[in-house]
Amino acid sequence: MEALGLLLHGFEVLLTFKTLSLMIVGLVLGIFVGVLPGLGGPNGVAILLPLTFTMDPTSAIVMLSCIYWGALFGGAITSILFNIPGEAWSVATTFDGYPMAQQGKAAEALTAAFTSSFIGSLVAVLLITFLAPGIASFALRFGPPEFFAVYFLTFCSFVGLGREEKHKTIISMSLGLLLTGIGMDTVSGQLRMTFGSDNLLRGINFLVAVIGLFGISEILLTMEERLALRGHAAAISPRVVLRVWKDLPRYWVTLLRSSAIGCWLGITPGGAIAASFMGYNLAKRFSKHKESFGKGRIEGVFAPETAAHASGTSALLPMLALGIPGSGTAAILLGGLMVWGLNPGPLLFVEHKDFVWGLIASMYLGNIVGLVMVLSTVPVFAAVLRVPFAAIAPMIVVSCAVGAFAIQNAMFDIWLMLLFGVVGYVFKKIGIPLAPLTLALVLGNRAEDSFRLSMIGSGGDLRVFWSNGLVGSISTLALVLLFWPAISGGFGRLREMLVGAKS
Amino acid sequence: MAGSDSAGASRQSPASAEEERAVASVRGVEVVVSLLLAAFAALMAHDNWKSGAGWASDGPKAGYFPFYLSLLLGAASVYGLVKAILHRAGAGSPFVNRDQLRRVMQVLVPTFLFCLFTQWLGLYVASFLLIAGFMRWVGEIAWWKSVLTSLLFAVAMFVTFDIAFDVIMPKGPLEALLGF
Repeated sequence: MEALGLLLHGFEVLLTFKTLSLMIVGLVLGIFVGVLPGLGGPNGVAILLPLTFTMDPTSAIVMLSCIYWGALFGGAITSILFNIPGEAWSVATTFDGYPMAQQGKAAEALTAAFTSSFIGSLVAVLLITFLAPGIASFALRFGPPEFFAVYFLTFCSFVGLGREEKHKTIISMSLGLLLTGIGMDTVSGQLRMTFGSDNLLRGINFLVAVIGLFGISEILLTMEERLALRGHAAAISPRVVLRVWKDLPRYWVTLLRSSAIGCWLGITPGGAIAASFMGYNLAKRFSKHKESFGKGRIEGVFAPETAAHASGTSALLPMLALGIPGSGTAAILLGGLMVWGLNPGPLLFVEHKDFVWGLIASMYLGNIVGLVMVLSTVPVFAAVLRVPFAAIAPMIVVSCAVGAFAIQNAMFDIWLMLLFGVVGYVFKKIGIPLAPLTLALVLGNRAEDSFRLSMIGSGGDLRVFWSNGLVGSISTLALVLLFWPAISGGFGRLREMLVGAKS
Repeated sequence: MAGSDSAGASRQSPASAEEERAVASVRGVEVVVSLLLAAFAALMAHDNWKSGAGWASDGPKAGYFPFYLSLLLGAASVYGLVKAILHRAGAGSPFVNRDQLRRVMQVLVPTFLFCLFTQWLGLYVASFLLIAGFMRWVGEIAWWKSVLTSLLFAVAMFVTFDIAFDVIMPKGPLEALLGF
């Protein structure tokens, strides 16, 4: 029960006027980011990161995580009212959410979406509260080989379990890892891959890359598709909220199942997108009214939203406990932590107790405040979508440039952002996934350092990654995941052969 | 500013899309991207080989890790290249058509000019020009609305970043004139 005491202390840290107002500012900005096409969770957080550079770490992370919650809430608004998913993880919400809006039940659909988002993240935060300290104290025993094995596992699971073509995932990942190597080598102090350029000396900052890859490229894609926004108006009355909440217990199985799926996929780097689709499909498969899905069934809103939020939130668990982000946005929050000189990972729980528990407490508080805010302010945010895109697009471009410049005060970074924007646009169109690139950009240096430290420790013997039970099982699991498609294919063929032999 | 951009964009489209409406096929772009990535990998591999890709007495040298990564990147790109060339079915799926390319250029070219202008005029003046120009010429929004919106936005940004949060942006002659 040590966790509860620390959590209460966390609430004490939070309950100041300054932190609470930052929380509300963060939520409003986050909902904007989630609602606007062309801005999403990852680049929203990346662009707004410079605002927090002058704050103390606790206030900063509270504001950033609230931007994240806000973005998660905001995605549902556009899916339901406009049939345009503000975020990829809200795609499944449009299946039943938009039909409900067409039938004049927009308020019910929105209430259902917000409430289930709240439940999903609450389950995930509870998981973090009770699991993270344990995992962190376990991980305190990790040395460089164990850490490298965990990083390796993360990369392998992307390649093995991702739905994209394997060589494209590998391209994206190795490109990201290569780009992090540019600049000063942290172990030997030698310069590499700078080609004599002063600007490359600093290395490629991953936030600059993310702002380009997600922000600028998303604007290009949105312009290309020419979004026509035709939406339904909605205001939520307390009566509707109460009616939806009264029906809520009937769907407890769906809610629980989706939360579990979300938590699992959030911790493993599967992400909120997969979770929302899986939550929706399973709810449909187990429902007695399969045929009514897709025609405006409230369960079809509950299922994906709960899963998406549970996974979006639980993605922070491996980030806090191990220093490995479970999602793109978690990766950027991790980058933020490093900017303030905090080293995410198991030591964070020992050295910066106040900070960690303040953050976890802010997850509870941010979700409650967020729920109340979105329920009461939907009409305002729906109106934002009626602002012409021609006005919003250049403002997003300017915000991206500000974000990119502020990180290192370098004009070069603005050009780099533009380059990454074009790269992101092309990659998205030819199906090279951007998530492995982001992850590699964040983890690259740490992965390389832990590899080289292990090598220095073992005198260049690769067997160090199988030197004890712990590191051995992580490394083996990584290889299994890397070759998972081949292995599962092999098992399938084996079973076919056995079945064929029997008959 | 944006006026010259849209002219630039429309000059470009007929040249690149002679008879087809699709300017490029997904397959063609995949080939080009794979070639570029392979070239990049080769360049990086060469540079890392020079920095030392082997083992020193105290472990791997500085170029060791990136050298093998560039080999991996190169191998994956060559695989992608071969696959894109051999894969004939579905080769016709378009990457962009003329109309789409024109719209992409409508935002890409102004963004490029915005970056360029930021170097000389500072970020705030450049963003005023970008937003006003984009709203007026691309969005066809009334003059006064465009100018007013972008002026308010630029001032709000200045107050938020330079004054309230102490995040210093590049400035130009106008800010110098006003004494900032």
